[in-house]
Amino acid sequence: MTELVTLTIDGHEVTVPAGTTVLNAAASIGITIPVVCYHPHLTANGLCRVCSVDVGRRLQAAACVTLVAPGMVVNTQTKDVRLARRTILEMLASAVDLSEAPHLQDLLLEYDADPERFAGFEQRHTPVYDDNPFYIRDYNKCINCWRCVQVCAEDAQYTFALNFDGRGFHTTIGTFMGDGMPDTTCVFCGQCVGVCPTNALKPKRQAMLEEGYDPDDIFRQTRRGGKKKRALVGE
Amino acid sequence: MIIPDRTVRTTCPYCGVGCQMNLKVKDDYIYAVEAPFDAAPNHGMLCVKGRYGTDYVKHPGRVRTPLIRANRAEGRSAKPVWREATWDEALDLVADELVRIRTTYGGDAIASYASAKATNEDNYVFQKLIRALLATNNVDHCARLCHAGSVTGLQLSIGSSAMSNSIAEMENLDAFIVTGSNTTETHPVISNFLKRAVRKNGARLIVIDPRRIEMTDFATLWLRQNPGSDVAVFQAMAHTIVKEELYDPDFIAHRTEGFNEYLESLEPFTPEWAESVSGVPADSIREAARIYAGAERAAIYWGMGISQSTHGTDNTLSLVNLALMCGHVGKAGTGLNPLRGQNNVQGCSDSGGLPNVFTAYQRVDDDAIRGRFESVWGAALNPVPGLTATEMIDGAHSGAVRGMFVLGENPMMSEPNLEHARHALEKLEFLVCQDIFINETGEMADVILPAVSFAEKDGTFTNTDRRVQRCRAAVPPVGQSRADWDILSDLGRRIEARLGATLSAGFNYTHPEQIWEEMRAVTPDFWGIDYARLEREGGVHWPCPSFDHPGTPFLFAEEFPRGRGKFWEVQYGTNSELPDAEYPFNLSTGRVLYHWSGSTMTGRSRLEDIYPEAVCEMHPDDAAELGLVTGDWVNVSSRRGTITLRVLVTGRSPRRTVFVPFHFAEAAANLLTLDRIDARAKIPDYKNTAVRIEKTTRPAGYDEGYDEHLFDRGAIKDPVQIH
Repeated sequence: MTELVTLTIDGHEVTVPAGTTVLNAAASIGITIPVVCYHPHLTANGLCRVCSVDVGRRLQAAACVTLVAPGMVVNTQTKDVRLARRTILEMLASAVDLSEAPHLQDLLLEYDADPERFAGFEQRHTPVYDDNPFYIRDYNKCINCWRCVQVCAEDAQYTFALNFDGRGFHTTIGTFMGDGMPDTTCVFCGQCVGVCPTNALKPKRQAMLEEGYDPDDIFRQTRRGGKKKRALVGE
Repeated sequence: MIIPDRTVRTTCPYCGVGCQMNLKVKDDYIYAVEAPFDAAPNHGMLCVKGRYGTDYVKHPGRVRTPLIRANRAEGRSAKPVWREATWDEALDLVADELVRIRTTYGGDAIASYASAKATNEDNYVFQKLIRALLATNNVDHCARLCHAGSVTGLQLSIGSSAMSNSIAEMENLDAFIVTGSNTTETHPVISNFLKRAVRKNGARLIVIDPRRIEMTDFATLWLRQNPGSDVAVFQAMAHTIVKEELYDPDFIAHRTEGFNEYLESLEPFTPEWAESVSGVPADSIREAARIYAGAERAAIYWGMGISQSTHGTDNTLSLVNLALMCGHVGKAGTGLNPLRGQNNVQGCSDSGGLPNVFTAYQRVDDDAIRGRFESVWGAALNPVPGLTATEMIDGAHSGAVRGMFVLGENPMMSEPNLEHARHALEKLEFLVCQDIFINETGEMADVILPAVSFAEKDGTFTNTDRRVQRCRAAVPPVGQSRADWDILSDLGRRIEARLGATLSAGFNYTHPEQIWEEMRAVTPDFWGIDYARLEREGGVHWPCPSFDHPGTPFLFAEEFPRGRGKFWEVQYGTNSELPDAEYPFNLSTGRVLYHWSGSTMTGRSRLEDIYPEAVCEMHPDDAAELGLVTGDWVNVSSRRGTITLRVLVTGRSPRRTVFVPFHFAEAAANLLTLDRIDARAKIPDYKNTAVRIEKTTRPAGYDEGYDEHLFDRGAIKDPVQIH
């Protein structure tokens, strides 16, 4: 029999098994806490802090990694919590291209955030990496949520091709020694593409379609020149 | 950003894992593939083939209209000249020819390949057409070439050949053996669950494989046996388990038979003897036996390395013996798991695509069962089991087989000893291929019937753990192509008209669901599965005898299909072609991550770009002796043929063994392999061929356009170095 814990979230009493996160405890009574880096099927790290909630301490707690405790009093929508979320979203919007992150766009609206608040501050500028036939990496759109690193490691593929690179504001996702993907341990499973929340990682077919290539062109682009194979079937 | 017109949930068309995926479609073009996180068996994971390898669906080389060969007189090996035809013309020609051969030579002069890539419904209609209208049981498919050794061994010992566990149970393993399976490349998503069992749950993994595959990085113990000495290692493990009394006496007493006889036969198989033939240290064999027998829940996973051998049945039997004596079968997380290599190879067998059985392994030579099918199909059925795939080629060679119907298969890539297969097919009076591309077999056909790909049709696939799942149409068919079941039903009606027969169950299908309904009506094991249930639950593991039955994730909880599990004596020995002075290397064939089977699909997709050519993997010491470095061209020759390809020097291969993937037509590994087969399973010996290797120069005109080094070509690299 699992030990049960009773706590209060936004004035509602809730009883959940010990070891539950505040995020899931809130979800169990229909209270949605916004998340960005969190993914329900991956290890949570509390990186983005958008899920911050008030637990009566001086510092807010990231709901995705904070476990429930007996008698805990959680407030998910205080003025300070909303301000913190809004500021985080505004800072993300100032540094990163969020144009293809509909979920983040929704949150910006919901929290009345001004994407221009920090305009003119330093922005992220990296090349777009187009080094393999399957996906492109545009870290100008990356918010360092760490999902791709985790699925490449122990959350799915155990391939360990991706990790953090650089420090501070210049932290980005990279490969060992900055190698192109074909020179790493990458097996192109695309689990990373499947969990990317901002389209920083994008299937190449999709990217080319967006650039205006038609499907036949997209096909031709992937064929290696001069390969004398399957000449018989008229390709 | 693109907003998809629609997102269609379907099942992956590649290996047997049966991953669920969402096809994102814009203007009838699949521009991205995603995996749903809330769906078994893959829970959000895919591999490179599923996620990026589906662009073949819109390949410009797809067959768009029925084609009839115009230069029949020049022989089948001549470059074909095709004439576009109407469906009426093509189907009438096929019906005329099949009926002519049936009436002239008898139905048994027609042989047919069902397809492990087509749906259950397609295969059911196909075998019904062959059995009911052409009066022969000559229907088989590529399972013969991959898991016949496993199927025969499992049928002999426990009476059922399916994988006994579900993929979900991999979370609960305490210990497991992976042998003869390069799981990370052939079943990538399953390998992720196995890696997770090791890394997250502390399960102990024993890898028994001559090649340094990636799974060895996760193994507690890696036994690197000499190629072909598998039986010695397994038997010596059994020997240790008996000597150290690690077996499960209760299970042996209540669930098995023949243990005492088996014990006597086991006496000579000491670990020391095994070390002398397999090269595996005796203490490692003992350690492996202790880990396997001592674990609470232990399972065995194997692939082609076990079954594709002249002693494939023996390999399987010795694995089954291990599981039976330890009681590691019939509980969650324990069992015997041949990993199936194709999206619907399980389903094709289940749907009756085998020469000796109807659906769900109901025997054709059983009068009661045959009577039931006769009454449903309204036709007299042939009681004699038909030819196996390997025998069909020999039959064509000898003249016993005059006509052949190939549904979505490519025997001219997959059969061993391809020259022999070519000569055999040349002798056929009529060859019809139904496929999405003109593959190497299609090149020899008289008629090509254009079928649709997985993304253009509805139906069901059954994955490796017996889970029946839906395949759904996402885009309209290209050109005039039609679904396989639709073509076959049309053809069936035309043949019926020519034979003057009218079947009670007919060929008047308008949707695959009607076919499934007929199929479950004649198959008690499928009775509890219908389309509505699949829609609700995503997938159901058969056997499932009623709607309130939950399906069967693991088999044999109470009883084996043959009653008690039987221990079979296994002798050590081999009929394989062994290396000698003239042909000093052993050739092993297999798959790589980026390609699949004859590469009819992967070779026409983006995957071709990252792994564009065949390479011959060779141990560094062997390469040094021959003066070869990575990228050098070699001729690999056996007594049957020669192929020319580049060398990849890697510690992955053991000494004196080279590995060549069988995917590439321009260096077809099966030109070299020997058509010697396992006596019981009729499976060819793809893993052992004696070859000679000689340095050569680049063939003229072969690869203009490449100037970069082999290592700089996408994913072709030394896997040992990078891992």
